[in-house]
Amino acid sequence: MLEIIDVHKTFNAGTVNEKKALNGVNLKLNDGDFCTVIGGNGAGKSTTLNAIAGVWPVDSGAIMIDGEDISALPEHKRAPYLGRVFQDPMTGTVADMEIIENLAIAARRGQRRGLGWGVKKYERELYRDMLKQFELGLEDRMSSKVGLLSGGQRQALTLLMATIKKPKLLLLDEHTAALDPKTAAKVLELSDKIIEENNLTALMVTHNMKDAITHGNRLIMMSDGKIVLDISGEEKKKLTVEKLLHKFEEASGSTIDNDRMLLGE
Amino acid sequence: MDGLINYFSSLNPMTFLSQLPGNVAQGIIWGLMALGVFITFKLLNFADLTVDGSFATGGAVTAVMLIHGAPVWAAALAAVAAGLIAGLITGLLHTALGIPDILAGILTQIALYSVNLNIMGKANLPVSYRNYDLILSASDIPHAIVIGLIFSVIVIGLMYWYFGTEQGSTIRSTGSNPAMSKAQGININVAKVIALSLSNGLVALSGSLSAQYQGFSDVNMGRGAIVIGLAAVIIGSVIGEAIFRKRMNFIIKLSFVIFGGILYYIAMGIVLWLKMPTDDTKLFTAVIVAIFLAVPYLKEKSKTSFKRVAKQNLKNLKKEAESNA
Repeated sequence: MLEIIDVHKTFNAGTVNEKKALNGVNLKLNDGDFCTVIGGNGAGKSTTLNAIAGVWPVDSGAIMIDGEDISALPEHKRAPYLGRVFQDPMTGTVADMEIIENLAIAARRGQRRGLGWGVKKYERELYRDMLKQFELGLEDRMSSKVGLLSGGQRQALTLLMATIKKPKLLLLDEHTAALDPKTAAKVLELSDKIIEENNLTALMVTHNMKDAITHGNRLIMMSDGKIVLDISGEEKKKLTVEKLLHKFEEASGSTIDNDRMLLGE
Repeated sequence: MDGLINYFSSLNPMTFLSQLPGNVAQGIIWGLMALGVFITFKLLNFADLTVDGSFATGGAVTAVMLIHGAPVWAAALAAVAAGLIAGLITGLLHTALGIPDILAGILTQIALYSVNLNIMGKANLPVSYRNYDLILSASDIPHAIVIGLIFSVIVIGLMYWYFGTEQGSTIRSTGSNPAMSKAQGININVAKVIALSLSNGLVALSGSLSAQYQGFSDVNMGRGAIVIGLAAVIIGSVIGEAIFRKRMNFIIKLSFVIFGGILYYIAMGIVLWLKMPTDDTKLFTAVIVAIFLAVPYLKEKSKTSFKRVAKQNLKNLKKEAESNA
């Protein structure tokens, strides 16, 4: 499915602000893997997701999806393969457009956009049923501007938009970090449900160790722009926060200095 | 004192009323240009200054085509095509060459000044209704108003249709949220170039009609067009929102841009009727636009000002303390 081969990325190379963000990332995801990504600030979690999404070109290495190298493609040409949910609820949706228009734009990801109506008649019923399953009452507000929704609602909508056209890979970039704990739990539950029902392959960045352990079938931990831990299968199921901390110290030779991660909020 | 009395007694309301239809006709024609500004300023979120140039280009192309014996519809179409190209150039300067939006527009605008002079061969070309069969003319103002309104209805209809299509939606989403648009597979550079082209095509059409209406094309006829366009867009949206509030749909929004253009020219008519020097009209325009831009901001600010919020909070705390006591 996804294969990242020795990817490097340095920001502001040759200046005092030089930052080696990715330092030889190697990762191979299998079909149906739901992999959580954890690590301290600046470890390269979000950078890895941005490298896959093509926000900028990488310095070296290759990113393959189903055996095809996508690292030369600009962001909008990779979009057909990817569903993305961002940390900031404002990023994933267009505030000035209606809920249904946002969904219709997402449903055409990877298709030619011509002079047919932006929202066809049959789509209204289709999206209504999809939104109903979210139990957020959005199905009755499909003509409301997205700017009127709460952060949690916008994030749930972005999640639906990211998966309305089944992506080869779903990228969740700390997508619950900006939400209050209760809403965050609801959006996470929704993510689980969507990934399972559609049998999606997903990468989920989180700063919450507990979430990283309880969700998905695989967990990777990053440090200094590298993947230092990769836990899956039975081992992942038996994982606890203490064991994870211990493994991290073994793997990286240092202790975790990130309170936000340790406290697990 | 005598001067003031003389001044007021010299103002004849009938003069103002007799000029009103002309103001309305001009307002409609410039309202079409403002619809072009609406595309870039409101939908694409791009302050495009190309319009000062492309408006005059529309007039220049129309005049030269007419003089060379082309039928008026062909002259108007050629004007639109020239406007499309002008917008395309601004779009490419911005997307392909990375020049910031305002600067890209200014560069095209300044280049168009020379281009327009080259097209016309001199700074001013007459296209009188006596010599040519024109779409509209100031010689028959009621006819010009009707034709202007027909153009408005057609353009608003086309815009309503286009911005409701899949392609038109990409322009709206690009203007509002480029990051999301890219993530949904939209090539935002293409969306920007299309929007800028369409906008300037429309502006050039307005320039063509304007040259026909006034009976000449002038290389300076577009000077300050962007500000007049903004004035129409903003006046229209402020008044439209005051009347329709949340029931403002896209068609109403577009109609109010034309209405804004009419109001602007009526205001100009009043200014001239009050015998203010014509040299000061641009200053007046700038002041009006500044006021209409500032009012929504100041309103919002006063609602959330530190002083007011702190005062309110203090009041609430006092009330609470009293009710606890």
